[in-house]
Amino acid sequence: MTAPLLSLDSVSKVFKVGGREIVAVDGVSLDVIAGECMAIVGESGSGKSTIANMILGVYPPSGGTVSLRGETLPARRTRAHRRAIQLVQQNPLSSLNPQRTVGASLRLPLDVHDIGDNAKRWTRVGALLEEVHLPADFRSRSPAALSGGQRQRVAIARALACESELVVLDEPTSALDVLVQARILKLLMELQRRRGLTFVFITHDLSVVRNIADRVAVFEKGRLVELGSVEAIFTDPSHPYTRSLIAAIPVVTSEEQALKESLTQKEEKIDHS
Amino acid sequence: MTSPTLLIRDLHLAFGGYSGRVEVLHGISIHIRQGERVALVGESGSGKSVTARIVLGLLQMTRTARIGGLIAFEGQDIAKLTPRQHHRLRGTKMSMIFQDPTSSLNPVYRISEQFREVLRRGVPDIERTEADARAADLLADCSIGDPERVLTSYPFQLSGGLNQRVMIAMALANEPSLLIADEPGTALDVTVQAQTLKLMRELVARHDTAVLFISHNLGVVREFADRVYVIYKGRIVEHGRTADLFDDPRHPYTRALMDAIPRITGGGIPEIADASDTYLAPIIVHEGCAEPEVAP
Repeated sequence: MTAPLLSLDSVSKVFKVGGREIVAVDGVSLDVIAGECMAIVGESGSGKSTIANMILGVYPPSGGTVSLRGETLPARRTRAHRRAIQLVQQNPLSSLNPQRTVGASLRLPLDVHDIGDNAKRWTRVGALLEEVHLPADFRSRSPAALSGGQRQRVAIARALACESELVVLDEPTSALDVLVQARILKLLMELQRRRGLTFVFITHDLSVVRNIADRVAVFEKGRLVELGSVEAIFTDPSHPYTRSLIAAIPVVTSEEQALKESLTQKEEKIDHS
Repeated sequence: MTSPTLLIRDLHLAFGGYSGRVEVLHGISIHIRQGERVALVGESGSGKSVTARIVLGLLQMTRTARIGGLIAFEGQDIAKLTPRQHHRLRGTKMSMIFQDPTSSLNPVYRISEQFREVLRRGVPDIERTEADARAADLLADCSIGDPERVLTSYPFQLSGGLNQRVMIAMALANEPSLLIADEPGTALDVTVQAQTLKLMRELVARHDTAVLFISHNLGVVREFADRVYVIYKGRIVEHGRTADLFDDPRHPYTRALMDAIPRITGGGIPEIADASDTYLAPIIVHEGCAEPEVAP
């Protein structure tokens, strides 16, 4: 087996809120292999975003370690560490600076990480836009002049700017219409293939997961309750929580309905509680 | 046949501004009969929510809104109502459930106080104790186990799912004949959303309420609605019974929407063409779904 790119080893996170301790993530161990798309699935409060924040180094874990290529990442990340892991957030309207043009937003990571010289950086901004299928003259536009899908493309281009291998995608398509979502997902898969990227894909949408992820980690209340390949999770989910998540997916075809029912007979009688 | 609970015929909406007119609705027709659950499904900006706001009479207050066409509620043309009469309908005969329950409840009042206000719209001189008892009953109907605790709580002390059920209880408190639900449960987790829909379906069936269900999520629509209107850029493009429309989507736009939805049976993400002119093709109406005659 190949060595993992990213490794979480009994990672926990405890927040102190008003004198009380809240365990957001509870002893999670998870390896992400280079080149795969690992989906992290769960409902609100399951700890998925806390995990993302610990991977990115927004805050350190309360216990356990996060390591990249076998190197334990320190609580205070160096510039090289920050460069190695990039993020695409849910809402591109709030993740892009409205005061900056698209070009300036894409150039910033190149400046910060001192990639190329002045002239090369502008060429590079054009190349990044091309890579996400946006015209090069978008660099002079402001985010307000773009549609939701175009903005998300810019956010993706920014995450690619400094050639990181690992990208954390936090609900990247949840705020988008379904037609736009399909195009963005297609783009992400294309980029992953072309650049050999590794994705940690955080989402609550299991139908998206089914079609783009290689493996799935299901979280409930801060615990990893099920981990497996997409095929395994959708043919034989072993944890009742996973089955209840699948049972709740609104589907559009009778084949899907049949699959749902065959997997979730035990959960037929979930009641309001 | 009696007149439908809600009848919208050839509804136009434009906003006039300094930079000219922006056409938002290009003549849409919708009808909902008593006890029917009808969905209006489309993407953001298609005109779903403005339609709801016009039915409620809220957009009429916007001075730049130019509205044309007929809206009849229980056989009565709402354009002929005075603002006062229209106001009296809201919260009593027609009510609304919003997308985000926590932000549509007032954070500085307890649920009990907000509930009293709702009940007073139906029965202006209802006694405080009577109102609280009625509120507790209505909350219990919405599968809320301990209505007393919920009534004495503030919205921020309750979960999103509980707030949503409180909203549903309030919306149905005065036995409306029309319930407008704008993306209910979209802000909630999938399991909570599924429970919310199930609860709404039971309650509206029990009270024979007509529902206009607004959503962008075709899966949710399939689980909830009897009939579906698909709206694209201010035009209805397809209309049919839920089973017919999902088994046999005929309009190019409906097909594109359906194709774009990732399936839990797999199959990858489909190639989606850019917006095509065929999306603007004329409306396709499935068998047996013609709009009713309007009495002159």
